[in-house]
Amino acid sequence: MTTTQSKYETVIGLEVHLQLKTKTKIFCGCANLFGQEPNSLTCPVCLGLPGSLPVFNKMALEYAIKIASALNCAVNHFVKFDRKNYYYPDLPKGYQISQYDLPIASHGYLFISTSDGAAKKIQIKRAHLEEDAGKLIHDPELNCSLVDYNRTGTPLMEIVTEPDIASPQEAYDYLQALKLTLEYLDVSDCDMEKGSLRCDANISLREKGESQLGIKAEVKNMNSFKAVKAALEFEVHRQAQALESGERIIQETRLWDENKAITLPMRSKEEAHDYRYFPEPDLVPFILEKEIIERVRASIPELPSAKLTRLMQDYQLNEYDARLIVQDRGLANFFEECTQLYPDPKKICNWITGPILQELNARKIAIDEISLKPRDLAALIQKVEKNILSNLAAKEVLKLIIDTGKNVEQIVEEKGFAQVSDDNTLNEIVDGLMKEHGKIVQQIKEGKESAIGFLVGQAMRKTEGKGNPKKIGEIIKRRLLHV
Amino acid sequence: MKLNELTAHEILELLKAKKTSAQEVLQSVQEQIKTYESKVKAYARVHPFSPQQTVGATPDFVENSAIPIPIAIKDNICIRDRETTCASKILKGFKPPYDATVVQKLKERGSLIVGQTNMDEFAFGSSTENSCYGPTRNPWDLERVPGGSSGGSAAAVAAHETIWALGSDTGGSIRQPASFCGVVGLKPTYGRVSRYGLIAFASSLDQIGPITKDVTDSALLLNIIAGHDPLDSTCVDLPVPDYTKALINDVKKIKIGLPKEYFIEGIDSEVKESILEATKILRKCGAQVEEVSLPHTEYAIPTYYIVATAEASSNLARYDGVQYGLRQYPAKTRKTALIDLYEETRDIGFGTEAKRRIMLGTYSLSSGYYDDYYLKGLKARTLIKNDFDKVFQNFDAMITPTAPTTAFKLGEKTNDPLSMYLSDIYTTSANLAGIPAISLPCGFSKNGLPMGLQIMAKPFNEEMLFRIAYTFEQNTPWHKRKPPLQ
Repeated sequence: MTTTQSKYETVIGLEVHLQLKTKTKIFCGCANLFGQEPNSLTCPVCLGLPGSLPVFNKMALEYAIKIASALNCAVNHFVKFDRKNYYYPDLPKGYQISQYDLPIASHGYLFISTSDGAAKKIQIKRAHLEEDAGKLIHDPELNCSLVDYNRTGTPLMEIVTEPDIASPQEAYDYLQALKLTLEYLDVSDCDMEKGSLRCDANISLREKGESQLGIKAEVKNMNSFKAVKAALEFEVHRQAQALESGERIIQETRLWDENKAITLPMRSKEEAHDYRYFPEPDLVPFILEKEIIERVRASIPELPSAKLTRLMQDYQLNEYDARLIVQDRGLANFFEECTQLYPDPKKICNWITGPILQELNARKIAIDEISLKPRDLAALIQKVEKNILSNLAAKEVLKLIIDTGKNVEQIVEEKGFAQVSDDNTLNEIVDGLMKEHGKIVQQIKEGKESAIGFLVGQAMRKTEGKGNPKKIGEIIKRRLLHV
Repeated sequence: MKLNELTAHEILELLKAKKTSAQEVLQSVQEQIKTYESKVKAYARVHPFSPQQTVGATPDFVENSAIPIPIAIKDNICIRDRETTCASKILKGFKPPYDATVVQKLKERGSLIVGQTNMDEFAFGSSTENSCYGPTRNPWDLERVPGGSSGGSAAAVAAHETIWALGSDTGGSIRQPASFCGVVGLKPTYGRVSRYGLIAFASSLDQIGPITKDVTDSALLLNIIAGHDPLDSTCVDLPVPDYTKALINDVKKIKIGLPKEYFIEGIDSEVKESILEATKILRKCGAQVEEVSLPHTEYAIPTYYIVATAEASSNLARYDGVQYGLRQYPAKTRKTALIDLYEETRDIGFGTEAKRRIMLGTYSLSSGYYDDYYLKGLKARTLIKNDFDKVFQNFDAMITPTAPTTAFKLGEKTNDPLSMYLSDIYTTSANLAGIPAISLPCGFSKNGLPMGLQIMAKPFNEEMLFRIAYTFEQNTPWHKRKPPLQ
């Protein structure tokens, strides 16, 4: 496989369908929500009832401009919709309102970092607005299909790349970068499992040095980024073998079978479509005013790539840590707020990328969803610094803040986490230990300094973790080694 | 004279003077329906009469701008919880859960909806013969068609089975039947009246408008239904003037064009004569009438049939048997359950003309044909519109025949779609250009059939139409004639 693969290069283009989380649907006033009672979010317009007419939701346009700007696209000032005609029970009008020859955005790009660490530009060919279809639910027991029209009319942005992607890994990286950018824009839930982000892939192979594109397969039905990568890896292998054995590759649509981990051709009848696009006469084309574009552009937050660079520069974070923080917009905000309250960004970063991420991952929860606030972390770090809390105790307090929602002071007081640094108390404890562990005392006196650790450990146990370990060590050394 | 034979504005005067009641008027209309509907067959369905309908229609209520006048609505305008079918089997049983904007406006003003009128299926036709309810007959001669597609509305008004009515006009569907039935039909400017709730034929051409006994009623009814609607993006946000203020019996210095391309082969000599006579009358009233040219006139019919059928093929895709209306499976499985459902439902549900237009439209939008047909159609449409813009730089209005002939006999053209399409030859241009046009009676043929004069004006200048039409009407006797119903 490796030998055949090295003969070919892979060419991939991705089509992402993104549900925009506007309050209402794209052409009517129905709420745009997921997971509601079937057909509870419908009206004559999104049901496509005879006589109903679409009215364009301008919020969807603002979201589209945001996406266009973040993906460095040119925004088309002439806004026009077209009808894409095809029959399917989830499409109540028998056509989808979409954009054909004049997409709202085109000629953009997004950078990804490749495995060798270099940045690679993936060009965005076009991005256009359209309406989502409903959802078919097949009931095998009743042997019938049911339609839920709640999803009908959800605003969609279809984002199409040029065939710039050279491997399944790059496809995966592109999707990650795209998702992160979209999350920063706060325009979509980007959840592949819930269908708010869907991805189809076009893939072909060609011999290295060949300038013409090979014959492509369109791969559908992947429900995670990992599945996209796996399906494309399967296709690379399948197409390379086919080419090697002299088979003719046919242009076709293939479906990813997650369980079998293979792609299978879709029945060709189902894809023979002539969509008969024509301008949507129910929506009047209009000129998008420059002021609107400017206003929307100005509202865009700092995007992840810019934030990464800035965090590294302003706070001297290394790239690995900065990436971990930028990966989640909430986490990045949390970090920056902490730096306003406590002067050591590196320490804050260590806490966030260490214990906090650990707690979040264990709970499968986001930073915005827990009661831990930047002032809590700042207070915690300060208490450690002032020897009021040990590191161990501080981590325990962190957990309790997340679990109980109480603040640092409350928890320290209630649970008696305050560190014991009082000389008399610690002297007494050390005295007791020296009597109990005569052998160890002897070893220390003979110069085996590593044995000191054992005694410190025992002291920590006696103080239930609240003793100041540094101080205990000092006391032991003073008593036994007279230093 | 019987109450139902009066115009709406005459009835309103009586109501204000407390000389009659809305209930009495409605009763007289109901009685007329009982007597003549079986002969004319103007209605797809008459609503059951309920005295409650007129509760609140008191003289005070009328003073407060209510217009509790019986009205007939074309069967392609949605009425909440009433079966609305476009005279098609495929929509049998469909009860819209909402009112069309025009219906809502009528209800707010206390209108009394008598029933829903017959039409060509989905407004595809010029004779009201393409209906799942059977043909409507012309009250002036029951052997003849009332025109179409709003033939039911025009016949109901002419036969006094309603006081006034709403129709829809995509290529002449209000004006041509108004002409055939001797009544007044107005197609407003595209965007003047909301299309929300009008079951679409061709979205860029459709417009709802009044069919009335005289010009005053036309202005009065347009007052009620015109205006911006946030539910229809194509409905323009311009103030609605009081159109009754435009009813002025004076056309001095008004410049009217007479397009020479409209007097060609195929025009009935009596029709031609009546228009030339109308020219004389308008001149006598002070108008300047001059010959003008609309050079792309000959392309109007082909352009119209490309644009309209393309949009129709898409608009009618929703009738698939899934959500509402007819749902039909073949006796034996042919393909997949889904394809079978689509094919059988649409095969049984649509009539011949609907199928013909769906196929024509599908063809002209298909890949490989789009540039040669649909795109070319759009370009020709622009040229036709430019013709009008040019003439309107120097003229206030244009007059033409509404139709090349008087009402033809039932069955005369059913097997010849092309000759049927040509009865729209003078009316489609106004839809393609988006301009307002009105048809009003301008005489009768030797065999007693009404003929119509069409007036066209600049976009959103319905006032000019009303002024010229009103002047013509006040100086001619034609609108007073009544069909010889036995």
